[in-house]
Amino acid sequence: MTLFEVFDWLELSAPGTFIRDSVWLFPVIEAGHLLGLSILGGAVLLVDLRLLGFGLTSKSPAYVLNQASPWQLGAIAAMFATGVPLFLSEAVKCYFSPAFWWKMGALTLALCFTFGVRNRIIRSRATLSPWHARGIAGCSIALWLFVASAGRWIGFS
Amino acid sequence: MSLLPFCQWLASTSWSIALHESLYMYPVVETVHVLSLLLFVGSVSFVDLRLLGWIFREVPVSETTSRILPWTVAGFVIAATTGALLFYAIPVRTYLSIFFRIKVIMLVVAGVNAALFHRFVVRNDLSWDDDPTPPARIRLTGAVSLMAWTTVIVMGRMIAYNWFDCDQPQSEFIVWATGCDGLTR
Repeated sequence: MTLFEVFDWLELSAPGTFIRDSVWLFPVIEAGHLLGLSILGGAVLLVDLRLLGFGLTSKSPAYVLNQASPWQLGAIAAMFATGVPLFLSEAVKCYFSPAFWWKMGALTLALCFTFGVRNRIIRSRATLSPWHARGIAGCSIALWLFVASAGRWIGFS
Repeated sequence: MSLLPFCQWLASTSWSIALHESLYMYPVVETVHVLSLLLFVGSVSFVDLRLLGWIFREVPVSETTSRILPWTVAGFVIAATTGALLFYAIPVRTYLSIFFRIKVIMLVVAGVNAALFHRFVVRNDLSWDDDPTPPARIRLTGAVSLMAWTTVIVMGRMIAYNWFDCDQPQSEFIVWATGCDGLTR
Protein backbone atom coordinates (compact mmCIF):
# COMPACT_ATOMS: atom_id res chain seq x y z
CA MET A 1 0.00 0.00 0.00
CA THR A 2 1.49 3.33 -1.02
CA LEU A 3 1.26 6.44 1.17
CA PHE A 4 -1.22 7.91 -1.28
CA GLU A 5 -3.46 4.87 -0.94
CA VAL A 6 -3.34 5.24 2.84
CA PHE A 7 -4.40 8.89 2.55
CA ASP A 8 -7.13 7.97 0.07
CA TRP A 9 -8.39 5.27 2.45
CA LEU A 10 -8.35 7.75 5.37
CA GLU A 11 -10.40 10.25 3.38
CA LEU A 12 -12.98 7.58 2.58
CA SER A 13 -13.07 6.37 6.22
CA ALA A 14 -16.29 6.81 8.17
CA PRO A 15 -15.24 9.93 10.18
CA GLY A 16 -13.72 11.57 7.09
CA THR A 17 -16.89 11.00 5.06
CA PHE A 18 -19.13 12.04 7.93
CA ILE A 19 -17.39 15.43 8.27
CA ARG A 20 -17.27 15.98 4.51
CA ASP A 21 -20.98 15.27 4.17
CA SER A 22 -21.88 17.85 6.83
CA VAL A 23 -22.23 21.52 5.94
CA TRP A 24 -21.26 22.93 9.31
CA LEU A 25 -19.06 20.26 10.94
CA PHE A 26 -15.81 21.25 9.21
CA PRO A 27 -16.19 24.99 10.01
CA VAL A 28 -17.09 24.24 13.64
CA ILE A 29 -14.12 21.91 14.14
CA GLU A 30 -11.95 24.49 12.40
CA ALA A 31 -13.11 27.17 14.85
CA GLY A 32 -12.22 24.84 17.74
CA HIS A 33 -8.80 24.36 16.15
CA LEU A 34 -8.35 28.17 16.18
CA LEU A 35 -9.38 28.42 19.85
CA GLY A 36 -6.75 25.80 20.69
CA LEU A 37 -4.24 27.82 18.69
CA SER A 38 -4.94 30.94 20.77
CA ILE A 39 -4.37 29.17 24.08
CA LEU A 40 -1.28 27.40 22.71
CA GLY A 41 0.02 30.77 21.50
CA GLY A 42 -0.39 32.34 24.92
CA ALA A 43 1.17 29.38 26.73
CA VAL A 44 4.20 29.32 24.41
CA LEU A 45 4.70 33.07 24.18
CA LEU A 46 4.45 33.81 27.93
CA VAL A 47 7.36 31.41 28.58
CA ASP A 48 9.41 32.64 25.62
CA LEU A 49 8.80 36.28 26.57
CA ARG A 50 9.97 35.47 30.10
CA LEU A 51 13.18 34.00 28.65
CA LEU A 52 13.64 37.26 26.74
CA GLY A 53 13.23 39.28 29.94
CA PHE A 54 9.58 40.35 29.42
CA GLY A 55 6.29 39.39 31.02
CA LEU A 56 6.26 37.99 34.55
CA THR A 57 9.88 38.85 35.38
CA SER A 58 9.35 38.69 39.16
CA LYS A 59 9.12 34.91 38.79
CA SER A 60 11.58 32.44 37.30
CA PRO A 61 11.16 31.02 33.78
CA ALA A 62 10.69 27.62 35.46
CA TYR A 63 7.71 28.98 37.44
CA VAL A 64 6.09 30.49 34.34
CA LEU A 65 6.68 27.24 32.43
CA ASN A 66 5.20 25.06 35.17
CA GLN A 67 2.13 27.31 35.36
CA ALA A 68 1.67 27.46 31.57
CA SER A 69 2.47 23.78 31.00
CA PRO A 70 -0.97 22.22 31.71
CA TRP A 71 -2.58 24.82 29.40
CA GLN A 72 0.00 24.13 26.74
CA LEU A 73 -0.59 20.38 26.96
CA GLY A 74 -4.36 20.90 26.97
CA ALA A 75 -4.15 23.19 23.94
CA ILE A 76 -1.97 20.70 22.04
CA ALA A 77 -4.43 17.91 22.91
CA ALA A 78 -7.33 20.09 21.66
CA MET A 79 -5.45 20.88 18.44
CA PHE A 80 -4.82 17.18 17.79
CA ALA A 81 -8.43 16.30 18.63
CA THR A 82 -9.67 18.87 16.11
CA GLY A 83 -6.79 18.68 13.62
CA VAL A 84 -7.03 14.94 13.00
CA PRO A 85 -10.74 15.06 11.96
CA LEU A 86 -10.02 18.09 9.73
CA PHE A 87 -7.24 16.09 8.08
CA LEU A 88 -9.39 12.97 7.67
CA SER A 89 -12.05 14.94 5.83
CA GLU A 90 -9.60 16.10 3.15
CA ALA A 91 -6.63 13.73 3.35
CA VAL A 92 -6.10 13.56 -0.41
CA LYS A 93 -5.99 17.34 -0.70
CA CYS A 94 -3.41 17.37 2.13
CA TYR A 95 -1.35 14.73 0.32
CA PHE A 96 -0.92 17.11 -2.62
CA SER A 97 -0.51 20.25 -0.47
CA PRO A 98 3.10 21.40 0.11
CA ALA A 99 1.83 23.54 3.03
CA PHE A 100 0.55 20.38 4.77
CA TRP A 101 3.94 18.65 4.57
CA TRP A 102 5.80 21.81 5.65
CA LYS A 103 3.45 22.08 8.59
CA MET A 104 3.86 18.45 9.67
CA GLY A 105 7.64 18.71 9.40
CA ALA A 106 7.74 21.95 11.39
CA LEU A 107 5.25 20.58 13.93
CA THR A 108 7.47 17.55 14.58
CA LEU A 109 10.45 19.85 15.02
CA ALA A 110 8.50 22.24 17.27
CA LEU A 111 7.26 19.43 19.53
CA CYS A 112 10.73 17.85 19.80
CA PHE A 113 12.34 21.21 20.48
CA THR A 114 9.71 22.31 23.02
CA PHE A 115 9.60 19.12 25.08
CA GLY A 116 13.06 17.73 24.37
CA VAL A 117 15.17 20.88 24.60
CA ARG A 118 13.40 24.05 25.73
CA ASN A 119 11.32 22.77 28.64
CA ARG A 120 14.14 20.53 29.90
CA ILE A 121 16.64 23.37 29.95
CA ILE A 122 14.17 25.70 31.68
CA ARG A 123 13.23 23.07 34.29
CA SER A 124 16.91 22.30 35.03
CA ARG A 125 17.06 25.88 36.37
CA ALA A 126 20.52 26.20 34.86
CA THR A 127 21.79 29.76 34.61
CA LEU A 128 21.45 30.75 30.97
CA SER A 129 23.53 33.40 29.27
CA PRO A 130 21.29 36.08 27.73
CA TRP A 131 22.12 34.89 24.20
CA HIS A 132 21.45 31.28 25.11
CA ALA A 133 18.02 32.28 26.47
CA ARG A 134 17.31 34.43 23.41
CA GLY A 135 18.30 31.56 21.13
CA ILE A 136 15.88 29.17 22.81
CA ALA A 137 13.01 31.68 22.84
CA GLY A 138 13.72 32.70 19.24
CA CYS A 139 13.69 29.11 17.98
CA SER A 140 10.49 28.35 19.87
CA ILE A 141 8.64 31.44 18.56
CA ALA A 142 9.89 30.94 15.00
CA LEU A 143 8.95 27.24 14.93
CA TRP A 144 5.42 27.73 16.29
CA LEU A 145 4.72 30.76 14.06
CA PHE A 146 5.84 28.68 11.08
CA VAL A 147 3.55 25.81 12.10
CA ALA A 148 0.61 28.21 12.44
CA SER A 149 1.24 29.99 9.11
CA ALA A 150 1.76 26.74 7.18
CA GLY A 151 -1.42 25.43 8.81
CA ARG A 152 -3.40 28.45 7.62
CA TRP A 153 -1.86 28.06 4.19
CA ILE A 154 -3.29 24.53 3.79
CA GLY A 155 -6.67 26.24 3.41
CA PHE A 156 -5.47 28.40 0.50
CA SER A 157 -4.24 25.54 -1.66
CA MET B 1 -28.62 55.10 8.96
CA SER B 2 -26.90 52.46 6.90
CA LEU B 3 -23.20 52.24 6.22
CA LEU B 4 -23.94 50.29 3.05
CA PRO B 5 -23.32 53.19 0.60
CA PHE B 6 -20.00 53.86 2.30
CA CYS B 7 -19.04 50.17 1.97
CA GLN B 8 -20.08 50.19 -1.67
CA TRP B 9 -17.87 53.22 -2.24
CA LEU B 10 -14.98 51.47 -0.42
CA ALA B 11 -15.45 48.44 -2.66
CA SER B 12 -15.16 50.63 -5.75
CA THR B 13 -11.75 52.06 -4.79
CA SER B 14 -8.88 50.65 -6.79
CA TRP B 15 -6.84 49.51 -3.77
CA SER B 16 -9.77 47.52 -2.43
CA ILE B 17 -10.14 45.74 -5.77
CA ALA B 18 -6.38 45.18 -5.99
CA LEU B 19 -6.24 43.62 -2.52
CA HIS B 20 -9.30 41.49 -3.17
CA GLU B 21 -7.96 40.15 -6.44
CA SER B 22 -4.31 39.80 -5.41
CA LEU B 23 -2.91 36.28 -5.58
CA TYR B 24 -0.73 36.52 -2.48
CA MET B 25 -1.43 39.77 -0.64
CA TYR B 26 -4.88 38.79 0.61
CA PRO B 27 -3.82 35.34 1.91
CA VAL B 28 -0.74 36.91 3.53
CA VAL B 29 -2.83 39.55 5.31
CA GLU B 30 -5.28 36.88 6.42
CA THR B 31 -2.45 34.68 7.72
CA VAL B 32 -1.00 37.58 9.71
CA HIS B 33 -4.52 38.21 11.08
CA VAL B 34 -4.67 34.59 12.28
CA LEU B 35 -1.11 34.71 13.67
CA SER B 36 -1.98 37.84 15.65
CA LEU B 37 -4.37 35.61 17.63
CA LEU B 38 -1.38 33.85 19.17
CA LEU B 39 -0.16 37.07 20.74
CA PHE B 40 -3.45 38.91 21.18
CA VAL B 41 -6.01 36.37 22.37
CA GLY B 42 -3.21 34.17 23.70
CA SER B 43 -2.00 36.84 26.10
CA VAL B 44 -5.39 38.24 27.11
CA SER B 45 -6.76 34.79 27.90
CA PHE B 46 -3.96 34.17 30.39
CA VAL B 47 -4.81 37.44 32.15
CA ASP B 48 -8.43 36.25 32.19
CA LEU B 49 -7.33 32.89 33.61
CA ARG B 50 -5.50 34.78 36.37
CA LEU B 51 -8.68 36.75 37.11
CA LEU B 52 -10.45 33.39 37.45
CA GLY B 53 -7.72 32.19 39.80
CA TRP B 54 -6.75 29.30 37.52
CA ILE B 55 -3.12 30.24 36.87
CA PHE B 56 -0.29 32.40 38.34
CA ARG B 57 -2.04 32.32 41.73
CA GLU B 58 1.17 33.43 43.47
CA VAL B 59 1.43 36.55 41.27
CA PRO B 60 -0.57 39.70 42.13
CA VAL B 61 -3.30 40.46 39.57
CA SER B 62 -1.91 43.98 39.07
CA GLU B 63 1.45 42.50 38.08
CA THR B 64 -0.14 40.12 35.56
CA THR B 65 -2.10 42.96 33.98
CA SER B 66 0.76 45.47 33.91
CA ARG B 67 3.30 42.94 32.58
CA ILE B 68 1.14 41.03 30.10
CA LEU B 69 -1.51 43.46 28.82
CA PRO B 70 0.99 45.64 26.87
CA TRP B 71 1.61 42.53 24.73
CA THR B 72 -2.14 42.13 24.32
CA VAL B 73 -2.31 45.72 23.07
CA ALA B 74 0.50 45.04 20.59
CA GLY B 75 -1.33 41.94 19.37
CA PHE B 76 -4.58 43.92 19.12
CA VAL B 77 -2.92 46.56 16.95
CA ILE B 78 -1.77 43.85 14.51
CA ALA B 79 -5.18 42.14 14.58
CA ALA B 80 -7.09 45.42 14.07
CA THR B 81 -4.80 46.63 11.26
CA THR B 82 -4.95 43.36 9.31
CA GLY B 83 -8.65 43.04 10.13
CA ALA B 84 -9.33 46.50 8.71
CA LEU B 85 -7.44 45.53 5.53
CA LEU B 86 -9.48 42.33 5.20
CA PHE B 87 -12.68 44.37 5.58
CA TYR B 88 -11.39 46.91 3.05
CA ALA B 89 -10.74 44.12 0.53
CA ILE B 90 -14.33 42.78 0.75
CA PRO B 91 -16.42 45.58 2.32
CA VAL B 92 -20.00 44.97 1.13
CA ARG B 93 -20.21 41.22 1.68
CA THR B 94 -18.49 41.55 5.07
CA TYR B 95 -20.75 44.40 6.18
CA LEU B 96 -23.80 42.31 5.29
CA SER B 97 -22.43 39.19 7.01
CA ILE B 98 -24.40 38.02 10.04
CA PHE B 99 -21.19 36.54 11.49
CA PHE B 100 -19.30 39.80 11.06
CA ARG B 101 -22.12 41.64 12.83
CA ILE B 102 -22.11 39.26 15.79
CA LYS B 103 -18.33 39.53 15.88
CA VAL B 104 -18.49 43.34 16.08
CA ILE B 105 -21.09 43.16 18.86
CA MET B 106 -18.84 40.78 20.82
CA LEU B 107 -15.85 43.08 20.23
CA VAL B 108 -17.88 45.87 21.82
CA VAL B 109 -18.86 43.59 24.73
CA ALA B 110 -15.18 42.69 25.28
CA GLY B 111 -14.16 46.35 25.06
CA VAL B 112 -16.84 47.57 27.49
CA ASN B 113 -15.99 44.74 29.87
CA ALA B 114 -12.30 45.66 29.81
CA ALA B 115 -13.04 49.38 30.20
CA LEU B 116 -15.35 48.77 33.19
CA PHE B 117 -12.71 46.53 34.77
CA HIS B 118 -10.00 49.19 34.52
CA ARG B 119 -12.18 52.24 35.27
CA PHE B 120 -14.25 51.04 38.17
CA VAL B 121 -12.85 47.83 39.60
CA VAL B 122 -9.09 48.30 39.56
CA ARG B 123 -9.08 51.98 40.50
CA ASN B 124 -11.38 51.82 43.49
CA ASP B 125 -10.32 48.73 45.36
CA LEU B 126 -7.25 46.59 44.89
CA SER B 127 -7.46 44.86 48.28
CA TRP B 128 -7.93 41.55 46.44
CA ASP B 129 -4.80 42.01 44.34
CA ASP B 130 -2.84 39.21 46.05
CA ASP B 131 -5.79 36.81 46.39
CA PRO B 132 -5.03 33.47 44.67
CA THR B 133 -8.74 33.37 43.76
CA PRO B 134 -10.12 36.91 43.23
CA PRO B 135 -13.66 37.85 44.40
CA ALA B 136 -16.69 36.80 42.35
CA ARG B 137 -17.13 40.11 40.47
CA ILE B 138 -13.49 39.95 39.29
CA ARG B 139 -13.87 36.33 38.23
CA LEU B 140 -17.01 37.35 36.32
CA THR B 141 -15.00 39.94 34.36
CA GLY B 142 -12.47 37.26 33.39
CA ALA B 143 -15.21 34.85 32.35
CA VAL B 144 -17.02 37.49 30.25
CA SER B 145 -13.75 38.38 28.53
CA LEU B 146 -12.94 34.73 27.74
CA MET B 147 -16.44 34.12 26.37
CA ALA B 148 -16.40 37.31 24.30
CA TRP B 149 -13.04 36.53 22.67
CA THR B 150 -14.07 32.91 22.07
CA THR B 151 -17.17 34.13 20.22
CA VAL B 152 -15.10 36.69 18.29
CA ILE B 153 -12.78 33.93 17.03
CA VAL B 154 -15.57 31.52 16.12
CA MET B 155 -17.62 34.22 14.34
CA GLY B 156 -14.50 35.54 12.61
CA ARG B 157 -13.81 32.10 11.16
CA MET B 158 -17.45 31.75 10.04
CA ILE B 159 -17.35 34.98 7.97
CA ALA B 160 -15.62 32.90 5.30
CA TYR B 161 -18.73 30.74 4.82
CA ASN B 162 -21.59 31.90 2.61
CA TRP B 163 -24.60 30.17 4.23
CA PHE B 164 -26.30 33.47 5.04
CA ASP B 165 -25.07 35.53 2.09
CA CYS B 166 -27.48 37.90 0.38
CA ASP B 167 -27.14 36.20 -3.01
CA GLN B 168 -29.28 33.26 -1.90
CA PRO B 169 -32.79 32.99 -0.43
CA GLN B 170 -32.81 33.76 3.31
CA SER B 171 -35.41 33.81 6.05
CA GLU B 172 -37.00 37.14 6.97
CA PHE B 173 -35.00 37.27 10.17
CA ILE B 174 -31.67 36.86 8.35
CA VAL B 175 -32.66 39.45 5.76
CA TRP B 176 -33.45 41.87 8.57
CA ALA B 177 -30.36 41.04 10.67
CA THR B 178 -27.94 41.20 7.76
CA GLY B 179 -29.50 44.24 6.13
CA CYS B 180 -29.62 42.32 2.84
CA ASP B 181 -32.83 44.22 1.91
CA GLY B 182 -30.72 47.37 1.64
CA LEU B 183 -29.13 45.98 -1.50
CA THR B 184 -32.39 45.91 -3.48
CA ARG B 185 -33.87 49.18 -2.24
